[in-house]
Amino acid sequence: MREILVLAEHRRGEIREITFEMLTKGRDIAEKTKSELASIILGKNIKDKAEVLSRYSDKVLVVEDDRLELFNSDIYQEALSHIIIERKPLIIMIGHTSYGVELAPSLAVSLSTPLVTDCLDLFFENGHLTAIRQMYGGKTYAKIKVKKADSYMVTFRQGVTQPVERNFKGEIVEIPSPILKEPIKKKVLDYVLPSVGEVDISSADILVSLGRGIKDRSNISLGEELAKVLGGVLACSRPIVDKGWLPRDRQVGASGKTVKPKLYLALGISGAFQHIVGMKDSQLIISVNKDPNAPIFNISHYGVVDDLFKIVPALINKIKEVKKIK
Amino acid sequence: MDIIVCVKHVPEVAEVDLRIDESGRDIEKTGLVFDINEWDDYAVEEAIRIKEEYGGSVTVVTVGSEDSDRTLRRCLAKGADRAIRVTDRRIVASDPFIVAKVLSKVIKKMTFDLVLTGAQSSDYGYAFVGPALSSLLGIPHTTLVKKIVIKDGRVVVNRELEGGLEEVVEIKLPAVLTIQTGINEPRYVSIMGIKKAMKKELRVLTLDDLGLSVDEVGVESSWIQIEEMYIPSIERRVELIRGSPEEVASKIVEIIKGRGLL
Ligand SMILES: Cc1cc2nc3c(=O)[nH]c(=O)nc-3n(C[C@H](O)[C@H](O)[C@H](O)COP(=O)(O)OP(=O)(O)OC[C@H]3O[C@@H](n4cnc5c(N)ncnc54)[C@H](O)[C@@H]3O)c2cc1C
Ligand SMILES: Nc1ncnc2c1ncn2[C@@H]1O[C@H](COP(=O)(O)O)[C@@H](O)[C@H]1O
Repeated sequence: MREILVLAEHRRGEIREITFEMLTKGRDIAEKTKSELASIILGKNIKDKAEVLSRYSDKVLVVEDDRLELFNSDIYQEALSHIIIERKPLIIMIGHTSYGVELAPSLAVSLSTPLVTDCLDLFFENGHLTAIRQMYGGKTYAKIKVKKADSYMVTFRQGVTQPVERNFKGEIVEIPSPILKEPIKKKVLDYVLPSVGEVDISSADILVSLGRGIKDRSNISLGEELAKVLGGVLACSRPIVDKGWLPRDRQVGASGKTVKPKLYLALGISGAFQHIVGMKDSQLIISVNKDPNAPIFNISHYGVVDDLFKIVPALINKIKEVKKIK
Repeated sequence: MDIIVCVKHVPEVAEVDLRIDESGRDIEKTGLVFDINEWDDYAVEEAIRIKEEYGGSVTVVTVGSEDSDRTLRRCLAKGADRAIRVTDRRIVASDPFIVAKVLSKVIKKMTFDLVLTGAQSSDYGYAFVGPALSSLLGIPHTTLVKKIVIKDGRVVVNRELEGGLEEVVEIKLPAVLTIQTGINEPRYVSIMGIKKAMKKELRVLTLDDLGLSVDEVGVESSWIQIEEMYIPSIERRVELIRGSPEEVASKIVEIIKGRGLL
């Protein structure tokens, strides 16, 4: 029986959520293609992690090697190449994460296995592996047909599949480390933890979040004023931090903070997935964007298609009126 | 340090009402404003800064149509030394694997210490070409780079992980690095720069110049193909609040009051 092989992603002792998301999607594909769902975990002292994976998988492959302690894609590539060549899985699923984007393309090229990156959905159609992915910053969707091959590789987007807890008892199989060559060209030396900022946006009830639509550093004060009258805290998308208009501890998203406030007001934010992944679970999302096709509207509860420079001043006035602030 | 930077000329779409073109496989591009891919802008800046500090050269390379010259000229105006454009109608509609293959053919003919690409393109967003290129060139790579320190025959970089975490990676040269936004502050083009750029070399290559045959590129040998592109309609996605700014403001206040947030 062919395998759908899901690469478990773990960091600093934790299996990352994308793993369970992929195992959930992988189960669906395995059932439809009558394949077996296998997960594979590589690392140092990670045997105890196999248990939780076995609840989602028909089989868990465990590879232990001291050289796999840190995530070095060269060493992962060496180990996985041997295993993939031997097992010939139908589909290899890897997270579209900072680890996955480092590993998957060069692994795919070296094995001549067709790869589609950043998939939201996967299925077979007329015998072709077919993927749904976003393009143009999430404003359009594309149906991608993959060239027929013996094996396929995909990287899968985080936060689009709701993980479903299962009660499988997959067999745990230890595989002797197949690493032959010492990688010498790349060494992972250390982690750097984010510096503790002054503001913890993840504990705020109300966030007023600014995106590139705010246009200029001098307009940040408009967001500040709205946050103040609302009794909320100012947050932002990545370009605002990249430009140095707000400090890094205000950034919401994949490479910033994950937030779940009672109210998230998104002003001039397009809604790239790296932003959405950090705020989509907010209780109430209201977005103001002048582009009706901005992907932020996909996950907003309420949307205003208008110029934020018209809406925000009106909103500040209205709140002041209601709160009787002068 | 001799540095090659791969750059892509892309349409700016953030504020545009997009339409699907006749083929049904891409957006209608006529009338759109094109510019350098945001991530590549940071990569070009980083390359120029390294050159300014350590000497050497910066070559920008693109696979694209003649229109890409605008982006290449701007890179030259900022301080790149030369530009190469690969244009061939047989490459049109190729996938990122083919693009990486074509770029690798160009780069193999050159001497270099470092290849920089963007972490991803803003139009297709594959995050594929950089690391795929390293594999085709047989050299190491690392992605999502936020800081580069040049050492003897190697670089030490910080790469970005989720949640603000970074990883410190040491890598031997030559290598491919994919650049993340925020690594620097890209400079603006100066009038002086534009004048100088006019005299700099911009070479145009075809598949024949690279020794690539048709069956090595194009749709047939691509791994993936866009079969259909579509835009979901807004009404199905979100409850819209309509009206004048004052009416909209009143409705928003009502909603948040209803949640006990005011
Ligand atoms: C590995 C990686 C990690 C990343 N991590 C993050 C992250 O943690 N957080 C993050 O945010 N991004 C992250 N990004 C970047 C992300 O891909 C997008 O580039 C970014 O989120 C875009 O920010 P934006 O929406 O503010 O800007 P844009 O995409 O430029 O959107 C601006 C929006 O403002 C609207 N607008 C303009 N003017 C007005 C106006 N007057 N009134 C109303 N609306 C207006 C436009 O219609 C547009 O929709 C990451 C990218 C990568 C590759
Ligand atoms: N047509 C192209 N010409 C030159 N470089 C490209 C091209 N397409 C992609 N790249 C480079 O590869 C990076 C990643 O692109 P992508 O894999 O499409 O997300 C870009 O930031 C560019 O540096």
